[in-house]
Amino acid sequence: MTIVSTSYSRRSFLKTSALAGGGLMLSFSWLAGCASSDEELLTLPKEWFDLNSYLKIGENGVVTIMSPNPEFGQNVITSMPMVVADELDVDWEDVIVEQAPHDPAKFPDAMLGQFTGGSRGVATKWKALRTAGASARHMLRQAAAQKWNVPAEEITTSAGMLRHASGKSARYGEMASAAAKVPVPKEVKLKEVKDFKIIGTSRKNVEGKKIVTGKPLFGIDYWVDGMLIAMIVHPPAFGMRLKSADFAVVKAMPGITDVFPIETLPNEQERGAFDTNAFPQLLAVVGRSTWEVMQAKKSLQAEWEPAPASSMVVSGFGNKSTVTVPAGLEDSASHLTSMEAAAARPGRVVRKDGDPAGAFKRAAKVIERSYSAPFLAHNCMEPMNFFAHVTADRVKVAGPLQAPGFIEPTLSARLGVPADKIDIEMTRMGGGFGRRAYSHYVIEAALISQKVNAPVKLLYTREDDMSTGIYRPSYHATYRAALDADNNLIALHVKAGGVPESPLFANRFPAGAVENYLAEDWSIPSNISIGAFRAPRSNFIAGAEQSFLDEVAEAAGKDPIEFRLELLRRAKANPVGKNNEYDVDRYRGVLELVREKSAWANPPAGVSRGVAAYFCHASYAAHVLDLTIENGKPVVQRVTSAIDCGIVVNADAATNMVQGAVIDGIGNALFGGMPFKNGAPEKTNFNTYRMIRMPDAPKAIDVHFVKSEVDPTGLGEPPFPPIFGALANAIYKATGKRLYKQPFVGETPVLG
Amino acid sequence: MAIFTLRINGKTQQVDVAPDTPMLWVLRDHVKLVGAKYGCGIAQCGACTIHLGDTAVRSCSIPVSAVGDRAITTIEGLSDDGDHPVQKAWLEHDVAQCGYCQAGQIMSAAALLKKNLTPSDADIDAAMRGNICRCATYVRIRAAIKAAALQPSRT
Repeated sequence: MTIVSTSYSRRSFLKTSALAGGGLMLSFSWLAGCASSDEELLTLPKEWFDLNSYLKIGENGVVTIMSPNPEFGQNVITSMPMVVADELDVDWEDVIVEQAPHDPAKFPDAMLGQFTGGSRGVATKWKALRTAGASARHMLRQAAAQKWNVPAEEITTSAGMLRHASGKSARYGEMASAAAKVPVPKEVKLKEVKDFKIIGTSRKNVEGKKIVTGKPLFGIDYWVDGMLIAMIVHPPAFGMRLKSADFAVVKAMPGITDVFPIETLPNEQERGAFDTNAFPQLLAVVGRSTWEVMQAKKSLQAEWEPAPASSMVVSGFGNKSTVTVPAGLEDSASHLTSMEAAAARPGRVVRKDGDPAGAFKRAAKVIERSYSAPFLAHNCMEPMNFFAHVTADRVKVAGPLQAPGFIEPTLSARLGVPADKIDIEMTRMGGGFGRRAYSHYVIEAALISQKVNAPVKLLYTREDDMSTGIYRPSYHATYRAALDADNNLIALHVKAGGVPESPLFANRFPAGAVENYLAEDWSIPSNISIGAFRAPRSNFIAGAEQSFLDEVAEAAGKDPIEFRLELLRRAKANPVGKNNEYDVDRYRGVLELVREKSAWANPPAGVSRGVAAYFCHASYAAHVLDLTIENGKPVVQRVTSAIDCGIVVNADAATNMVQGAVIDGIGNALFGGMPFKNGAPEKTNFNTYRMIRMPDAPKAIDVHFVKSEVDPTGLGEPPFPPIFGALANAIYKATGKRLYKQPFVGETPVLG
Repeated sequence: MAIFTLRINGKTQQVDVAPDTPMLWVLRDHVKLVGAKYGCGIAQCGACTIHLGDTAVRSCSIPVSAVGDRAITTIEGLSDDGDHPVQKAWLEHDVAQCGYCQAGQIMSAAALLKKNLTPSDADIDAAMRGNICRCATYVRIRAAIKAAALQPSRT
């Protein structure tokens, strides 16, 4: 039994309720006529009783559960309410889910807020979600105890019913009114894992019906009467800025109401950690319809000039630093040359165990390999967009963003409007992958609305979306391994860097498993803006490390899984050094599970297999990838995945997430890459930026979860990084050729 | 600007737009049917897929002036209550992650099954390669298409 303290009181809840205009806000009031048929099947109650910020119960027993975090495909909008519903002990069929608006008072999280990202959604809200359900259940039992005049401890619950041994029973709805008057408990008992009834099962996406029938769900679908459409024009290259522009021609075009420059973040404004923005000076084109604005945008004549170096103060997560952005027009060829030069120089020593130099000197065999990868664009299917309506006394913004709590202070400072006058509504996102944690477009939409004094929906074209930055950085890593005469790994040296950051994680496996270990990093400044991209840094270094270990295992004449397990046994029995970040048993667990489930010892005839495993974002993933070569192209026949992410909330949705991560990784490993020339991204749409498509996807992906009672540790990112290594290792088996440079396949014509 | 009379999901509607306006923006901005999505604007991603007659087309690249009297079907008109076999299969396989591309995927799949009752993997590859799913739900899309193909009524 777990007893937890509740983090809210009725009083603070009522206060914040009042601030929000009384009662729980409906996130999609403009969709009132579009309730899903699932909701229609439920008879809506005449009256709702709020039990806490997460849930309200109707007099007929229907329960509304708020999903606190924004949704971009992880299906937290289903899994988070499942956690609440389980502790509440209600029938899932009686639950309606609503997306909560941004409300830090109701959904507090000092560090991240209502943030979907970093694979931290369920993990960081786990306790709050369970507590919300359990404390409401407690209040219902108290209410029944008072009414029946029996001890609350004797009242049991199941599927939305309260029962007492005396034969008395009531539906939750009958007690909801009285329960709402019961004091919120200071602490509450949570269920034992073995008693979970909803957590761990498979529940369909609560928005599935709306998705397959094309209902307005996304930011781009947002619409209010009198709304204008806005687009931006930004410099054609990183390192450029606006010199001058002629608005006359465009202003006269059909449907255009205004054209003007905006400055979204003056250099002197202190930035938050997620206020990354390479183009704070923009031109805005505003008009009545999307097509008219698009045409006008194309006709806008502007002159651009090289921008000087600039510096700004960036603060966040308790740190404050001055960041300098260099001048210049960069390109990928010189990035690669600079990275290779940096890799040849000594780096900054981040960790050193034992005597690496001595071990390399006495080694019987030394293997050295270097790996590199290009910038990547997130390419969310829904281009960046946001709705804003700025009036004299209130700011309303609505749309797709991962981190409302990150942008609110910036928006407040830029508009000079206090945060309590800003309402942020979170729509479903057409993809995120880290990109929408950097929501500069919210500021842009708000400034445009303020200027034109009307509600505005800002929309990026695909070309804007692909060319405005926040890319996955370009990376490089050199690995060296020393084997003794008995083929034992006696030393490992990793030196990793990138433009503009290093992907090094010095304290992850195989650190702790090798007697002599050296980890160094380096970085090269750049004015191309970068940001989090599904499993930041891990998404490169895992593939490099796991390809390298495969090569070392081969050189040592060892089975690649057994070679890793041998290292893990060493790390368990006698760990080297300090601060090793991973849990040896969980790491070993996924390798053993994938070995068993893939029938590693008996591969299917004719296929080539690669294996890789990785730990990141607190979870563990291992993949075995089977491929064949057909017409000179790799065809992935099957991927077997073993995952340890702690307790799995929604089993089939979790499987879907892993399958997607596997295919996303294969796509980016084979095709991903954003090259630059003279500061300009060389790809701006899907005719040149190759994305993985149906014919390139694996034929089958089998996902297995380690059975665990550990609190959830995250799933959106961990399966992604190691698939790069599993693919490279399988391609090697098939072709005899090791791959060191991503993308592996490069560009070939995709579609006519 | 010019007036165009369109037959959309069985209803006749008039719009007053520039003749070069793509059907995607006619639907989204003027008819307020937003199921078809903007993804690329150059017929490379398939998020905007609708049917012209029985054929799946990319509405971002079809000017309203080129439609003529052909019947337009959007995701909103594929079935009365989301009960087209392809939609049902999508729900049964819980295909969607972010869901943004799925209306386009479903429209491409429905057009495929109208012409081909028992599509092979190669048929599915050919029909669906124009639809990008950034969340990469491809194995579920394939499974859902195969499940829908087995349903008796998929008109």
